[in-house]
Amino acid sequence: MTTTRRPRLNIGAVRSSFAPWADPTLQPLVRFDGVSKRFGAETAVNNVSLSIYESEFFALLGPSGCGKTTLMRLLAGFETPDAGRITLAGQDLAGMPPHRRPVNMMFQSYALFPHLSVEQNIGFGLKQQGMPKGQIADRVVEMLALVRLQGLARRKPHQLSGGQRQRVALARAIAPNPKMLLLDEPLAALDKKLREETQFELIALQQRLGMTFLIVTHDQEEAMVTADRIAVMREGQIVQIGRPAEVYETPNSRYVADFIGDVNLFEGAVTAADGKVVKMATADCPAGFEALEDDAVSVGSTAWLGVRPEKIELHLDPPKDGPNRLAGKVADYGYLGDWTTYVVELESGRTVRAARANASRLVARPIACDDAVWLTFAPDAAVVLTR
Amino acid sequence: MSAKPRGGLAALAPFLWLGVFFLFPFFLVAKLSLSDTALAMPPYAPRVDWSAGSEGVRAFFAALDFETYARLTSDSLYIASYLSSLRFAAVATGMLLIIGYPIAYGMSRFPPAQRQALLMAVILPFWTSFLIRVYAWIAVLKPQGLLNAALAQIGLGPLNLLNTDTAVYIGLVYAYLPFMVLPLYAVLEKQDQSQLEAAADLGCTPSQAFWRVTFPLSLPGVAAGALLCFIPMVGEFVIPDLLGGSGTLMLGKTIWAEFFANRDWPAASAVAIVLLATLVIPILLYQRQQQKMIEAAQ
Repeated sequence: MTTTRRPRLNIGAVRSSFAPWADPTLQPLVRFDGVSKRFGAETAVNNVSLSIYESEFFALLGPSGCGKTTLMRLLAGFETPDAGRITLAGQDLAGMPPHRRPVNMMFQSYALFPHLSVEQNIGFGLKQQGMPKGQIADRVVEMLALVRLQGLARRKPHQLSGGQRQRVALARAIAPNPKMLLLDEPLAALDKKLREETQFELIALQQRLGMTFLIVTHDQEEAMVTADRIAVMREGQIVQIGRPAEVYETPNSRYVADFIGDVNLFEGAVTAADGKVVKMATADCPAGFEALEDDAVSVGSTAWLGVRPEKIELHLDPPKDGPNRLAGKVADYGYLGDWTTYVVELESGRTVRAARANASRLVARPIACDDAVWLTFAPDAAVVLTR
Repeated sequence: MSAKPRGGLAALAPFLWLGVFFLFPFFLVAKLSLSDTALAMPPYAPRVDWSAGSEGVRAFFAALDFETYARLTSDSLYIASYLSSLRFAAVATGMLLIIGYPIAYGMSRFPPAQRQALLMAVILPFWTSFLIRVYAWIAVLKPQGLLNAALAQIGLGPLNLLNTDTAVYIGLVYAYLPFMVLPLYAVLEKQDQSQLEAAADLGCTPSQAFWRVTFPLSLPGVAAGALLCFIPMVGEFVIPDLLGGSGTLMLGKTIWAEFFANRDWPAASAVAIVLLATLVIPILLYQRQQQKMIEAAQ
């Protein structure tokens, strides 16, 4: 069997060294300044300030109705802000109609023009720019190669599969070489396998073009995989901005912790905090909880300890006493192939989720329902949340 | 794959209907057009002499000929009235498009709840008899009619419109407007608004977006509306008869005159047959357009 080698792109390495937002001398490409938008009585976007930098892959993540699409449509010019300012490359966009804005959008529905062929769709924006015919043809060929649609130039949209249509929409938005590409739920209509492949294609495309991408998605995995930075939105506001790992490992609120990935939240009173370690009292563990936390937490206040299921260790024999130790019995479990998730019921009645990687195919001592188990986690596996 | 007709006898119903109310009368008219005029009751010959048996049937077929059709080509009146009918229908279709398109476009841009009311308003005239509505135009257009009374109020006029070609155009456009608006509205209303946003996003001003996206996408509706108006307008009789003048030449009037005034049934039938043959092409076009729209909707 032969495999074709594609040019290798080490995204992880490129990513970790890319941090324009940390450089105070750099001007952001796009800047939202206290932007608000209301629809009737409902506030869709509430006083949002946000900077997106050149060549960044930025994700707006949140549940439906959180205002992420409205924020993107404000940038594209389809909505007008009620308050605040949006600037692109230093230029105030107020009053500028969508057709004059140097950004292009890929629509969730793709919004392809059904009466035009693939090449006419891709060339639509170029023709509008007044580009000469020959140049349009060259650029269209280049775009078709970029999204691997060679040979389909003459097809009409209805003769294409969903994945092909998605790529036409992408090529059409990229063709005019916008300062910024806006992607509204670009992968939502694709099936899981194709979605995962396309995520990596999007990153590769963005790296190759060096174009600034803004993606709107409700799928946390999509945001985590594709973006340099994620802004998590809730009810029209941004609750946290950070790299995927920052948002996942150090969420700043219960909302973020719960929205991105799975989390077990334990409520407790803070008994000690020295700027390094926070101790919390809880009914579930006599020795209390301990977590590494350098943020200031006031003693005596109520806080929540967040622990991800994959960071919890499951024991069949009682481990030695100490903090971060919970006893219970298996109430249920789900086999996911790569992982098994256990729902453990503590003596207090509350349940905790613990995940175990299925490292070997056969397990010597399978865990069954009602088995007595103990859960432990390291202090650096937990995060203290104050809101 | 063609669907197998289901429903047994019920599937035959449309064919039975067509047979009784279209095919049979069509053959009667076709036969009439091959006959000659005669001073008899009814005023044509030959007629089948059933008493002579098969000999009579043979004699009947032997007497049929295309003489009437030859007459149609030799008499310039017929050709003139064909051309005039086609011109009336074509010009009126053009005017209907110019007037109907903005109406349909405007309707489709209203919020859905109000569109229903507007749609109702378009259909509302059908609640009054067609004939009465055309008669009402006489009251509007006649020399001492409502239009001239209104014009006199602002110091204009009077206009002498009744019994002119202009009045026929007014009547045609008025009567057929819903048939233009409805198919146009149907395609415009279905348009995906995100396509317009995409066009704007790719650099189109609203008017450029209209001409590059909305209008081309509405062409099936334009074709449907145009054919739906053009086809019946070619053979229109009531409007040119009531609103037109003696000089207004239209096939409907010619057929009526041949049939009732000249008692020349074969000529009237031949004109009708040629009219039908002329309209087969636009009717087929219309059918194809409908088929395409149905397929596109699937």
